[in-house]
Amino acid sequence: MNAAYAPVSVDDAAACEDSRFAVPAIRCAGCISKIERGLNAVPGVAAARVNFSSKQVAISHDPALSEADLLRAIEDIGFEAQILADNPLAEEKGSSKALLRALAVAGFGMMNIMLLSVSIWSGADGDTRALFHWLSALIAIPVIAYSGRPFFASALMALKHARTNMDVPISIGILLATGLSLYETATDGPHAYFDGVVMLLFFLLAGRALDGMMRDKARSGIAALLGKSAPGAMVVQPDGTTAWTKARDIQPGMTMQLAAGERLAADGVIDQGASGFDMAMLTGESDPQNKGKGDAVYAGTVNLTAPVRVRVTASGNDTSIADIARLMDEAGQHRSFHVRIADKAARYYAPAVHSLALLSFTGWMIAGAGVHQSLLIAVAVLIITCPCALGLAVPAAQVVAAGALMKRGVLVKDGSALERLATANHVIFDKTGTLTLGRPRPGSIDHLSPEEKSVALALAQASRHPLSKGLREALLAEKLTPAEINEPNEIAGEGMRALWQGQEVRLGKGDAQSEGLAVTLSIGAEAKLIRFTDPLRPDADTALAALADKGMTASILSGDTLDAVAPVARQLGLTAQAGASPQDKLETIDRLSSTGRNILMVGDGLNDGPALAAAHVSMAPGSASDVGQQAADAVFTGDSLMGPALAVHMARRTMAIVQQNFALAIGYNVLAVPLAISGMVTPLVAAVAMSLSSLIVVGNALRLSRALPSDHNEDTNEPSLATMPNMQAAPA
Amino acid sequence: MSGLAILIPIALFMGLCGLGFFFWAMRNGQFEDLDGAAHRVLIDDEAPASGDDGEGE
Repeated sequence: MNAAYAPVSVDDAAACEDSRFAVPAIRCAGCISKIERGLNAVPGVAAARVNFSSKQVAISHDPALSEADLLRAIEDIGFEAQILADNPLAEEKGSSKALLRALAVAGFGMMNIMLLSVSIWSGADGDTRALFHWLSALIAIPVIAYSGRPFFASALMALKHARTNMDVPISIGILLATGLSLYETATDGPHAYFDGVVMLLFFLLAGRALDGMMRDKARSGIAALLGKSAPGAMVVQPDGTTAWTKARDIQPGMTMQLAAGERLAADGVIDQGASGFDMAMLTGESDPQNKGKGDAVYAGTVNLTAPVRVRVTASGNDTSIADIARLMDEAGQHRSFHVRIADKAARYYAPAVHSLALLSFTGWMIAGAGVHQSLLIAVAVLIITCPCALGLAVPAAQVVAAGALMKRGVLVKDGSALERLATANHVIFDKTGTLTLGRPRPGSIDHLSPEEKSVALALAQASRHPLSKGLREALLAEKLTPAEINEPNEIAGEGMRALWQGQEVRLGKGDAQSEGLAVTLSIGAEAKLIRFTDPLRPDADTALAALADKGMTASILSGDTLDAVAPVARQLGLTAQAGASPQDKLETIDRLSSTGRNILMVGDGLNDGPALAAAHVSMAPGSASDVGQQAADAVFTGDSLMGPALAVHMARRTMAIVQQNFALAIGYNVLAVPLAISGMVTPLVAAVAMSLSSLIVVGNALRLSRALPSDHNEDTNEPSLATMPNMQAAPA
Repeated sequence: MSGLAILIPIALFMGLCGLGFFFWAMRNGQFEDLDGAAHRVLIDDEAPASGDDGEGE
């Protein structure tokens, strides 16, 4: 196509290396062309291709170009990017591709057999009918052999373990009907059900494929947000040089050289230097911690201010992150007790259908209809009751619901998440990063003169401290230009120092130790205090009201200090528990669950991971740690807190539609089964009934696309729009 | 009857061609990024080869 494969500047294309990056800020055609053209202009890049759906960029490049270089190149173009490790989703995609292939083959077979069937229905007989039956068989048998594999394989698997599932009756029905139709064809009989069998496969595969596509789409969206954990570190070699080492090769006893802004890949003790560490991911505390020689630091935290050397004490599976992951794994076990609603239905449905078919067979035998005639009727019963509409009832509704939610910035991982969301009745919020944005902003900067502001901007730009970031954003929003400063120097725990017009300027902790988040800007002898708040998400109270409207109670459960939690709790009128460790959070959830409440946990941090996994259902914001996002059932992007409220609303509507669909499917059976048992169902009747019931169910599910309240749909349509200015301001 | 003998194979052949094209498209990754394809329509063809990176689109 256009810019994608522009001039290759690398001689030997075979020597190219492929790297993938997540770029969450891609949201328009302009972004696509900017990134692709920008990257193609970088020497050493052979090709760059943006995948819009998953917000990723695949770059084929000269191996001499490191991933860090490419990261910088993307940032120079104006986008924040993260390196994506090997693609763990490739395998998942494979299974849904196989389903899609089977669906295509079934569709091809269905259309061609239907053409032949129409001639038979409209009165072809004798040799023509026999010929058409043979042709149908010729098409149907390979199609069934190919497209039926997903069902046969799963049914075989179930039977091997002496269980049954929905696929067992489906497989039996398909094989019986095919065998009987072949017999009919060979004996020149009037009825063959090849069209019915293939159509059945088509509809069932459509249900499966929809289910798989929904999962893939949400997963690729989530994968785009992942990739925040440290892939490795610079390790000091015996000869004093440093070399990049992958996280899994780091051993206790090694020394890591950490630059400011780098995330730790292993637990350790600081050997040299001192710096501020952002521990929010681990503890939920938003204020950075100062650590010096001899202090312990943990994998997953970010070194903010100064380069340090860290002696590794634990790596790989022994780190504190891995401990939390283990806790999470155990907590996640009991969620598998949830039985999907479709499986519940199948449990009653399959035996009922089989006994019905068996009964009609014996009934007609007793009535003296002969084996052939009785078998034909039994097969007609199996075909007409085969769970076509039932198979579509759940996935169709869930896919439409998930699609509508995705447009509003909520990614639901799978159908069971929607089912569990629908029954949630208590919501627990983490504070930092969930109720609040997790990005401190200056409260008011009006008391600064324009000159002071531009000095503050210059200083803030040179630092990676979260407060500096917030200050920079606030100042950039006022369209200020930074002052010219010399010799900027950052000291851990103290802040930035520099020279401006010959005098010393400082931005950092002042002498007056004030409570809460604040920095002091001093120019010469004059010092001014800038207070910071971690602002609530813009519509936190609206979202809480919407949840309360649905009869859900809410509370706060945070790892942050009481001082930080109390104002938020007061402002929102919620009960709160502060200073909770991951273990505490887990216990709180267990305690509340045991009182019969179904808990929706909304949290972002690594420290919320176990709680997210243990809760009945869980959601995480798009800014969450990857552990948080992986543990959560759904992810909502953007600054708005409406995500959970929308998801609960949608989930309840979905379950209502699913129930209607079940009612429709059962109602159809109540009408059709007596016809089948009485022997009046010809292939024509079966085909009409089957497509009609499936279409009605799908049509009903489509109503869900309009189920979300319309009062705030336009402004949240582009969920992350509010975060855009920051993204683009970053490289300025 | 003799008409059918020609028409049915033709119909089947065309159907198989369609199926083949679908498989080919899928293997080529044409369904990987449907939203992206919708947006790419809006991108102008590359400006005359130069350092121009298409700022401001």
